[in-house]
Amino acid sequence: MTEQWVNLAATILLIIAFAMLSQRRVLSLVRLFAWQGLVLSVSTAMVAYSTGQSHLWISAALTLGLKVIVLPIVLHSLIVRLNVRWDVEPLINVPTTMLAGIGLVIFAFALATPISQLAGTVTRSTLGIALASVLLSFLMMIVRRKAVPQVIGFLAMENGLFFAATSATYGMPLVVELGIALDVLVGTFVFGIFFFHIRETFDSLDIRHMEKLKED
Amino acid sequence: MEIVWVLGVPLLGSALLALLGHKRYAPEINIVFSLATLVAAALLVVRVIGSGPMTAFDEQFFVDPFNVFLVALTCLVGFTTAVFSRPYMRVEEEHGRVTAVRLRLYHGAYQLFMFTMLVTLLTNNLGILWVAMEGATLSTVLLVSLYRTPASIEAAWKYFILCGVGLAQALFGTILIYFAAEKVLGGGTVSLLWTQLYEVRHQLEPTVMSLAFVFLLVGYGTKVGLVPLHNWLPDAHAEGPTPISAVLSGLLLNVALYAVIRSKVLVDGALGTEFTGQLMMGFGLLTVVVAALFLSRQRDIKRLFGYSSIEHMGIITFAFGMGGKVAAYAGLLHMTVHSLTKSGIFFAVGHAVQKTGTQNMADIRGLIERNPTIGWGLALGSLAILGVPPFGVFTSEFMILTTAMHEHPWATPFLLFGLAVAFAAIFGKVQPMVFGQSNARRLPHQPALLPVFLHLLLVLMLGLYIPPYLDQWYRQAAALIG
Repeated sequence: MTEQWVNLAATILLIIAFAMLSQRRVLSLVRLFAWQGLVLSVSTAMVAYSTGQSHLWISAALTLGLKVIVLPIVLHSLIVRLNVRWDVEPLINVPTTMLAGIGLVIFAFALATPISQLAGTVTRSTLGIALASVLLSFLMMIVRRKAVPQVIGFLAMENGLFFAATSATYGMPLVVELGIALDVLVGTFVFGIFFFHIRETFDSLDIRHMEKLKED
Repeated sequence: MEIVWVLGVPLLGSALLALLGHKRYAPEINIVFSLATLVAAALLVVRVIGSGPMTAFDEQFFVDPFNVFLVALTCLVGFTTAVFSRPYMRVEEEHGRVTAVRLRLYHGAYQLFMFTMLVTLLTNNLGILWVAMEGATLSTVLLVSLYRTPASIEAAWKYFILCGVGLAQALFGTILIYFAAEKVLGGGTVSLLWTQLYEVRHQLEPTVMSLAFVFLLVGYGTKVGLVPLHNWLPDAHAEGPTPISAVLSGLLLNVALYAVIRSKVLVDGALGTEFTGQLMMGFGLLTVVVAALFLSRQRDIKRLFGYSSIEHMGIITFAFGMGGKVAAYAGLLHMTVHSLTKSGIFFAVGHAVQKTGTQNMADIRGLIERNPTIGWGLALGSLAILGVPPFGVFTSEFMILTTAMHEHPWATPFLLFGLAVAFAAIFGKVQPMVFGQSNARRLPHQPALLPVFLHLLLVLMLGLYIPPYLDQWYRQAAALIG
């Protein structure tokens, strides 16, 4: 029973990953990121409930607090303060990106199959999807040319990794998860500071201005 | 107990300097804390030499000959860099390149960086190792952009994004190791402890472990600066303050490679094949050749030595890839001498750049005429890094080359080509900077040259004579990983 619900959550995560890939507006991206966190948190809670792994409750709560509440609020207020609310990404070619994304999903499933066959968790079939969402976020970081969406891609990648850990092994030990959460939190603040530096120096958050350092 | 001191001192130093880092005496505090860490590390070394490998705090930390030698090296270079940084950052402040507030960030983050590296080395938990490695990126990223010039911000952004993405791959690799270990050791923290994994390494599922190693090598390899993942490295070295270039090159790259080697030992046990070694040899050779080719095209002196670091990391990765006791011994020795020489070179380069006011090599001329010590420091350092005897780099490169000729003759031409091209490029560029007509000016603060010559002296000593206890130390570590 839980297996089906977790599979449903995994499917939603994959759809969200594709939606992020094609979303040009930065505020909608933040909203999608919050939804991704929520689905992640709910599916972790479901696994915790069905398997009785008590530390998963804590990581579900941690995900809820950090990725659904704190980070989206921080990102939102950064976007408002930097006044890049209406920024759109002009460069991405949605159909090509989508095709590349589908290719990545197939690759992820091929890579994950041997591992999921070895896994004894109820969630093992979702490992492919977890890996796919990591790769899709990676693709998103590559195709974006603005600083904020790149960072959202980065955070979404971490979500994918978290999901991979839950589906393959019921999550990493709690100390490690707390450590990772701390890194993500500090990282987001450093990114925030960076946005202001970039903006001060280049008058824009477009990282195309930052392609001076090249080999000639 | 010594572990508490080794980790506690820099953490406390970081907290204190976050408050006092802008004060006039902050560089001295920085030196005192770095010295205290070095003393604690020396005590730890004495302890480990006396009583062998040990674990502490429920096996969460452990010390063996391999990591204790890197801890000692890290603390030594951390201390000499703090000594160098005192006059260097004062000059930068007087030139208006940094403000007092940024110096506070600089000093606090410097100690925090030392702390994260020492945690990475000492932790027994592969998950914590990852967390600390990411912490090392986070603590240095704002140091790379310390000058807030467009180029430095770009370099820092690149550093942040590339290393962040790389480390995300390494996290996936760590998850896979945990996944394989869970089958054997059961869940919980115990399945991430390196010592526990080492005991059961032959029982770990080979498919999963080989996949994990690919992710770990790519992930931590990004931080080592392996080609084609090296893009961040020259930029971060060129645009950040020179003390940071020195510790990035001299320490961080070693620490990242340490993580790769720790994983390699486990995966080798699980696979029983040469898969990891071949992968590392391939990456290593590619890195040596590509970095050597890029060397001759550099105009910026710090970029030049950044590429040289990439090249040497390639050599070391290749050495550990070959495996076996001799190659591992040579790899460890090369890690030591590269770290000492390269940070020494960066100290000399830092003073030279301040005296001439440019990083462009075409505009730096005749250092020996106006500043004999800096000129000689740069000249000798460059000769040492190029593997000229009797410096220690020669010894380790010679050992690596002869082992390669014996075991993997096909690789020797690539190595020789890389070394020759690097020699021509660096020698050709350093020679006119050292000799020729001078254009340097006087600076208000005496440069700290003790670190430069201390490092070169140590490298010279390692080339002529390796003390028996150090030899013993390398042998034990090499037996562990070879």
